[in-house]
Amino acid sequence: MHTVGDADTDRGDVRHLYVHVPFCRHHCGYCDFVTAVGRQSEHSGYVDALLAELRREEHLLTSDALDTVFLGGGTPTYLESKALARLLRSLPPGREVTVEANPETVTPELCEVLLAHGVTRVSLGAQTFEPELLATLERQATPEIVRGAFATLRQAGMANLSLDLIYGIPGQRTEQLEHDVHVALELAPEHVSVYELEAKPGTRFTMAYGAELTRQSDQLENYMELATQGLQAGGYRWYETANFCLTQEGDARDLRSDHNLAYWRGKDYLGLGVGAVSTVGEQRWKNAASVSGYVSAVLGGDAPARSNEHVDARLRMWERAMLCLRLDDFLEEDVFSDVLDPQGVERMATRGLVERDGRSIRLTPRGRLLGNAVTIEVLGESGELGGSHSATRR
Amino acid sequence: MSLERIRNFSIIAHIDHGKSTLADRILELTHTVSKREMRDQLLDSMELERERGITIKAQAVRVEWKGHQLNLIDTPGHVDFSYEVSRSLAACEGALLVVDAAQGVEAQTLANAYLAIENDLEIVPVLNKIDLPQARPDEIASEVADLVGDDASSVIRISAKTGEGVAEILDAAIELISPPSGEPTAPARALVFDSSYDQYRGVIAFVRVVDGVFQSGAGLRAMAAETTFEAEELGFFSPERTASETLAAGEVGYVVTGLKDVRRLRVGDTLTTVERPATEPLPGYKDVKPMVFSGLFPTDSDDYPELRDALERLQLNDAALSFEPETSTALGFGFRCGFLGLLHLEIVRERLERESDLDLIVTAPTVAYVATTKTGEKVEVHKPTDMPLDALSIEEPYIRATIIVPKEYVGSMMELAQDRRGTFGHMEYLSEERVLLTYDLPLAEIVFDFYDQLKSRTRGYASFDYELIGFQEGELVRLDVLLGGDTVDALSLIVHKDRAYGRGKALVERLRKEIPRQMFDVPVQAAIGSRVISRETVKAKRKDVLSKCYGGDVTRKRKLIEKQKAGKKRMRQVGSVEVPQEAFLAVLNLNENGK
Repeated sequence: MHTVGDADTDRGDVRHLYVHVPFCRHHCGYCDFVTAVGRQSEHSGYVDALLAELRREEHLLTSDALDTVFLGGGTPTYLESKALARLLRSLPPGREVTVEANPETVTPELCEVLLAHGVTRVSLGAQTFEPELLATLERQATPEIVRGAFATLRQAGMANLSLDLIYGIPGQRTEQLEHDVHVALELAPEHVSVYELEAKPGTRFTMAYGAELTRQSDQLENYMELATQGLQAGGYRWYETANFCLTQEGDARDLRSDHNLAYWRGKDYLGLGVGAVSTVGEQRWKNAASVSGYVSAVLGGDAPARSNEHVDARLRMWERAMLCLRLDDFLEEDVFSDVLDPQGVERMATRGLVERDGRSIRLTPRGRLLGNAVTIEVLGESGELGGSHSATRR
Repeated sequence: MSLERIRNFSIIAHIDHGKSTLADRILELTHTVSKREMRDQLLDSMELERERGITIKAQAVRVEWKGHQLNLIDTPGHVDFSYEVSRSLAACEGALLVVDAAQGVEAQTLANAYLAIENDLEIVPVLNKIDLPQARPDEIASEVADLVGDDASSVIRISAKTGEGVAEILDAAIELISPPSGEPTAPARALVFDSSYDQYRGVIAFVRVVDGVFQSGAGLRAMAAETTFEAEELGFFSPERTASETLAAGEVGYVVTGLKDVRRLRVGDTLTTVERPATEPLPGYKDVKPMVFSGLFPTDSDDYPELRDALERLQLNDAALSFEPETSTALGFGFRCGFLGLLHLEIVRERLERESDLDLIVTAPTVAYVATTKTGEKVEVHKPTDMPLDALSIEEPYIRATIIVPKEYVGSMMELAQDRRGTFGHMEYLSEERVLLTYDLPLAEIVFDFYDQLKSRTRGYASFDYELIGFQEGELVRLDVLLGGDTVDALSLIVHKDRAYGRGKALVERLRKEIPRQMFDVPVQAAIGSRVISRETVKAKRKDVLSKCYGGDVTRKRKLIEKQKAGKKRMRQVGSVEVPQEAFLAVLNLNENGK
């Protein structure tokens, strides 16, 4: 059991750290992550705040080197170079340190900063290699810039690269997605994430592309099949619903993202920065989204505004099962017996959507394409009563 | 009051021809109600009646006019309540036949007028709405005169709206309608022509005293139901309940019985006294049986007890409504309810939804069938799934329909009636423009969107009425719908064998559209016994997962799954197939053309 803040424990045992950097050059129409456009004068102050929050929460982290550190955004690589270097230098070391990057920010100088500060992995937001689709997404990069960024990272010696692709873009045709998968295979990154475009109702993007988004949503099942089949045929392991890692003969490396695996396996993690979520023991908290509010609170010696949630042991077990079912790993029925519905498991097994290995289960490939529906069948009630939320300023 | 000074009469009129307005004017003119107290259509006390502008339950009001006691008995205006109409008419010696000067005689007016004439009532013909610009008083007056066998000049022309001619009606009622005949000194007898339920005082019977005198506080007996009770209060409506010590021969009024169950005192029964009972009941008592049946299920299965309470409450006021628990694998727990007809069903449904705030799924109405089983036994079937698959023969109720249409629609009416297995009766011209048709038709064909078809094929100009004429054997089959191989009990139908294919195909096509794709292919079939006559497939969905995963925001992801799970719970389960309630509603409202 986790002993948060116990007097006799110097340090906790959280082994995963997430750091959110909200800044971007442009807020892409489809994006719903916490972002802030430009504000270069605030970058340094924000890094100060991140480090102040880190000092507040450091006691939760293990005293060993962390397993993973992940800088997400926003665009962490849009951070003004000195601020980025200072941030990376001040974070605790990790075995896997990932930084998200947008192609237009990738320069030899950036690569130097990253490599000099222990970054082992870069996740490159390519999204697509079609110029007009990139424009629709309001991405800043052209296909040439995306390819160039990839080459620059490789030449600089970044050995572990991940590429993000998106499908369901307004105007997208099947052959364009086929081409994207083809280009990805050519570049041969160690890792590929393939997401569907999720346009929230009421957003600028949905207003602009409503009817076309509906048409695209009818195509999503084709796209997902196409992407998963294409990447697997190209030697990638479909290890999570939306994630693939390269497996090659003679290459013993496990190229799955350790950081994301930690989420999917229901590990504890600490999140720093605006909008970041932390889960430690039975506590989960989420920082508020305002950059200025965050900076002034943290630098003023307070905790940032947060919403807190109590996640009891059973609920965390339920969540773990929900997330593990996205993986190609087996899940031990005995461990999860509290949250599994044996009849549901049986029904899904009969339908060929769940497969068994002794007392362990996982979703079959078709089951994974129907992951939400199967999860609902396989899991019992989450038991959440909805009364455990509160918003506080600690 | 001596019999000589009493007149009892009702008003016969088609919906919207001004019956309620006329009643209001009579109340005003006789100072029974002051103008200030007058709410429009005072006699229609239920909210629903007010809204639909029709009278569902009869009421009776006593007014004074030129030294006479006039009892105005309101009659229900729809075919479903024809027995109640007949009892109301039996309580009268006369009737005002009110016809709209613009619309002319309608089928319903005709049916009720004939009923009144058969009951030897004196008819006072009245032409209403003569102030309307589109009124055709001379033409319609001769239509009315033809109907009652009178001279057109005897038709009283009025405007109930302005009050013009209303006094003349009252004078005519005194002059033309006979005073009640009866034996004031004989053992007391009274006809129960309607009843209502008061939550504090129990059943209140509306009566017409035929013989003798009833005293407040006396012990009374209902002769057919063999129920005895005390007359807790007697009186008349003016228009509120007004207590009196006695009700004597010829008078119309009410009796507070204290009975807690309307079924113990049915319309048509005869009241007499315990002390000096009559030997013979009044003629004409009939136990009215429901002819149309439908399953009522709460949308939210938690509402089942509430639905039961609501039905019990309704039944207190509506002895013709019957219900018993019904369990459907698709729709859960509900009630199989019996109605006099479609309007009755519609009224009950609306009152349940409105007065008890219940959301209901109503299964396709079916009629009462009589099946002969292999062993030669005759069974009454109120639910398609109860129909024995090996029945030797099936009989279904038939009606005689009276349809009045402008002559240009005669062809399309005949087509409709023939299409609905009708047998032509006769045809006559009521005037140069309007034609009366009679057909014998299976009731089941009327229950299934006949009225809508009638209206749409005649642009609303047809009027229609019917009476039950008995049971006839038909070539009927039970049509089942299967989802994923399991019968959906709520969707089974009894249909004529020539219709089975078309209905089956329409049902199956509609269901395919309404059922969301599942994790597996779902065959949708229509079958007669084990023979599948139509089949479609709802193809399995291939993707149902959000491939985006919000990093550490697990709560958001969990909420998504919880929301989807909650949505699934609202689905109805047929075997392993999940069916949204909307699908049932769509299919149950399906008409012949699959729309």
